[in-house]
Amino acid sequence: MSELTEASVRAEVRAWLEANFDPDLGLVEWRNKLIDGGWAAPTWPVEWFGKGYSDPLGRVVDEEFDRIGAVTVCRVGIRNLAAATLLAHGTDLQREKFLRRILTGEDTWCQLFSEPGSGSDMAGATTRADLKGNKWVVNGQKVWTTSAHHAQYGLLLARTDWDEVKHKGLSFFILDIEQAGVDVQPLRQMNGHASFNQVFMTDAEISPEFMVGAPGEGWKIATTTLMHERRGADSLRRYAEAKERPGRIYAEEKVEIDHQLEPYKWYPQRGGRADLLIERARETGKIEDPAIRQEIAKVLTMLKTAEWTALRARAAQDQGRPQGPEGSLGKLAASNVARAAARVHTEIAGADAMLTGEDGPMEGVIAEVLISVPAISIAGGTDEIQRNIIAERVLKMPKETRVDTDRPFRDVPRNTVS
Amino acid sequence: MQFSFTEEQEEFRGILRRFLEDKSPTTEVRRLMETDEGYDPEVWRQICQNLGLTAVHIPEEYGGQGFGFVELGIVVEEMGRALLCAPYFASTVLAATAILNAGTEEQKQTLLPDIASGKTIATLAFAEDDGRTGSDGVAMTAAASGDGFTLDGHKSFVLDGHTAGLIVVLARTPGTAGDEGLSLFAVKGDAPGLDRSLLQTLDPTRKQARLAFKNVEAQLIGDEGTAAAPMAKTLDQATACLANEMVGGAERLRESALEYSQLRVQFGRAIGSFQAIKHRSADMLLEVEMAKSAAYYATAAADDDAENLIPAVSLAKAAAADAYTQAAITTVQMHGGIGFTWDNDTHLWFKRAKSSEVFLGTANEHRERLIENWDAMERSAA
Ligand SMILES: Cc1cc2nc3c(=O)[nH]c(=O)nc-3n(C[C@H](O)[C@H](O)[C@H](O)COP(=O)(O)OP(=O)(O)OC[C@H]3O[C@@H](n4cnc5c(N)ncnc54)[C@H](O)[C@@H]3O)c2cc1C
Ligand SMILES: Cc1cc2nc3c(=O)[nH]c(=O)nc-3n(C[C@H](O)[C@H](O)[C@H](O)COP(=O)(O)OP(=O)(O)OC[C@H]3O[C@@H](n4cnc5c(N)ncnc54)[C@H](O)[C@@H]3O)c2cc1C
Repeated sequence: MSELTEASVRAEVRAWLEANFDPDLGLVEWRNKLIDGGWAAPTWPVEWFGKGYSDPLGRVVDEEFDRIGAVTVCRVGIRNLAAATLLAHGTDLQREKFLRRILTGEDTWCQLFSEPGSGSDMAGATTRADLKGNKWVVNGQKVWTTSAHHAQYGLLLARTDWDEVKHKGLSFFILDIEQAGVDVQPLRQMNGHASFNQVFMTDAEISPEFMVGAPGEGWKIATTTLMHERRGADSLRRYAEAKERPGRIYAEEKVEIDHQLEPYKWYPQRGGRADLLIERARETGKIEDPAIRQEIAKVLTMLKTAEWTALRARAAQDQGRPQGPEGSLGKLAASNVARAAARVHTEIAGADAMLTGEDGPMEGVIAEVLISVPAISIAGGTDEIQRNIIAERVLKMPKETRVDTDRPFRDVPRNTVS
Repeated sequence: MQFSFTEEQEEFRGILRRFLEDKSPTTEVRRLMETDEGYDPEVWRQICQNLGLTAVHIPEEYGGQGFGFVELGIVVEEMGRALLCAPYFASTVLAATAILNAGTEEQKQTLLPDIASGKTIATLAFAEDDGRTGSDGVAMTAAASGDGFTLDGHKSFVLDGHTAGLIVVLARTPGTAGDEGLSLFAVKGDAPGLDRSLLQTLDPTRKQARLAFKNVEAQLIGDEGTAAAPMAKTLDQATACLANEMVGGAERLRESALEYSQLRVQFGRAIGSFQAIKHRSADMLLEVEMAKSAAYYATAAADDDAENLIPAVSLAKAAAADAYTQAAITTVQMHGGIGFTWDNDTHLWFKRAKSSEVFLGTANEHRERLIENWDAMERSAA
């Protein structure tokens, strides 16, 4: 393996794709072929469908797929976080059962962390799991669960010990969403979409082999999941784009994107669409306006510096150096970019910013930007929580005095409203 | 310049607030925003007949109450706070003001009493498809025919233009440009040749329409070709009112965020006990209060017909735009996930804030105008 180079990997994947890619294959059939060839997730370990490649070599593989427009595995959504969590903390039985179908896109996953009473304070979860006979029995409610209405499985954080302090009484489970004890109800967002849900669990059951880690390790494992989520929130994240090309596989991929990946239709908009600013300014003639030019330049500066900071973090990681502060800044930077871009889009649109749908600029895309950006500074940890993390963990500033970690969880003050 | 409200004005505000809390709870706002008409005829009747709000700034000789823009500002501030769905801004603030500024004595006698009593809902159609508010944006033509005129062209962003019974339209004599040749006309809502379509608006609580005119009969308001000045004044006065409406909405958001922060517990304590949240609330208070001062100054300047009306109005509109939008962003943020839902009321004001940010000119445009007219500000005391 030591003679692996960018060139050798490129040549190998190119040859393999030439021999194997066929747009008339079914989506799942093709992805299974990819998995068997080790090309579905080449950065995963060899024992688990991968080739153990470094991240940079993984990107070489991506480039070759892009070059010929070959369909790859479904990389969007919580399924990635589930895979990362299982690779890090799962049992072989769990990896065997779930990883392949995550890669083929046959299973959709969701993240059952937030509750009506605990969002930022994720460790305050009150959904309970009790071992009764040979099953864990789950009761409680989760909320803001993206994609739960399409999901087969959920990553569940639940309390298994109420006498422990809050972070130590939690356990991590894989919940079968399609069972009778789980009721999923979509919630409408302020932008009109309904990509997140309320999930009610009433005596839902989980076999003991689907606990991830040991009882009481829930917080530690959830942190792994969140770390991957926040990293994914930076500007390097790629969203699925349906390819309008002939071949059964493209048609099936389009269905996947339109249906299962519905939330991701507006996700680019919540990022503020700084990429459209120049185009919009040209379209409207505002490109001649010096004030607008300045504002666009400011947003593009924020965008580029965020992008390069993320690349700097990635380069350090590729070289095996410890993560510097640049790795923690991406999510906060993305919020700033989104808000600033939305503001400039408003100025550029002028009166048209009052219009939506087909009457609005870019067939409603701009309106969707304006009413979607508030999500980015909340989802996956709010800006305030990000700042606390940066201050306390990166800058090592003194921690806030805590009133909720020094006593059994059952004695901690909780919400009167939610 | 007046820097405080009189006791009577405060009492008036109190009555209004109670009325609007009763008649325009968010359940009603949500019901009405889904309708095409966008208002409740019975509540409108009470606004006109019981409270006489449609008559506030119309002089007594035309069936009004004879108050000024300060009182009108109080009304719209309270309506902005309650997010009242009604054609008030269109009819009273825009159309009545335009007629007052541009009409002949006889036209005011004929047109204003019905607007004052609420019998007629009027609106003002000035912007066209490019949304500009200045004279250069006016392409619609008015050709003399018989003893009247016929209008051709289109208007857009017309508040309540799809339901108004009387439309005051800005058009120009063919072959003219800029401020030259502009006139105002009265057109009946059901005039033949007038095609009205409801626009899809980001803020569903304020209805807007696009109007297409083909050979539509119209009556001249004032003298032909002289509408530029009264129209500009109308927009300044209306913009002063809009700034008041906006600060009303901003204050309501600020209060709801504060209230939520005292109830919501995370990490074993109210989120309002975190300094990050306290500072956000303090900043919001600062911005909203500053914007209120500017809005009040602008309506007072409108009443005095002050020399610095233009810069005062533009300053107020730009400040209100920043404060309202920021209050909306902050209020969603302070609510967390629930703030991003449809069921939470925050987005209703968020959308009004976004839409008001550009209505009657964007913040950048008003800041530009403020600088252009700064001399007038310097020349007036306080
Ligand atoms: C579009 C979207 C998708 C989502 N998808 C998922 C999902 O799939 N699965 C899932 O589990 N969750 C999901 N979430 C939930 C998200 O993680 C939470 O909304 C978020 O963590 C905030 O929690 P909360 O809503 O309870 O707000 P709260 O925690 O109640 O926060 C309210 C306000 O208080 C502030 N605050 C809280 N604590 C502190 C503190 N210590 N210091 C300073 N300020 C503080 C917050 O910053 C915020 O401004 C999603 C949310 C959104 C908007
Ligand atoms: C030009 C000048 C003139 C002055 N004149 C007078 C005078 O005439 N009489 C007089 O008595 N004093 C005077 N002062 C002193 C002034 O009041 C103090 O400097 C000020 O109150 C800050 O106190 P400190 O210097 O001890 O800084 P600290 O209180 O130590 O503050 C240091 C930093 O910590 C921040 N900080 C402190 N506490 C908190 C908190 N709870 N939350 C968040 N941040 C916090 C501060 O904002 C600041 O950024 C003057 C100061 C200046 C600069």
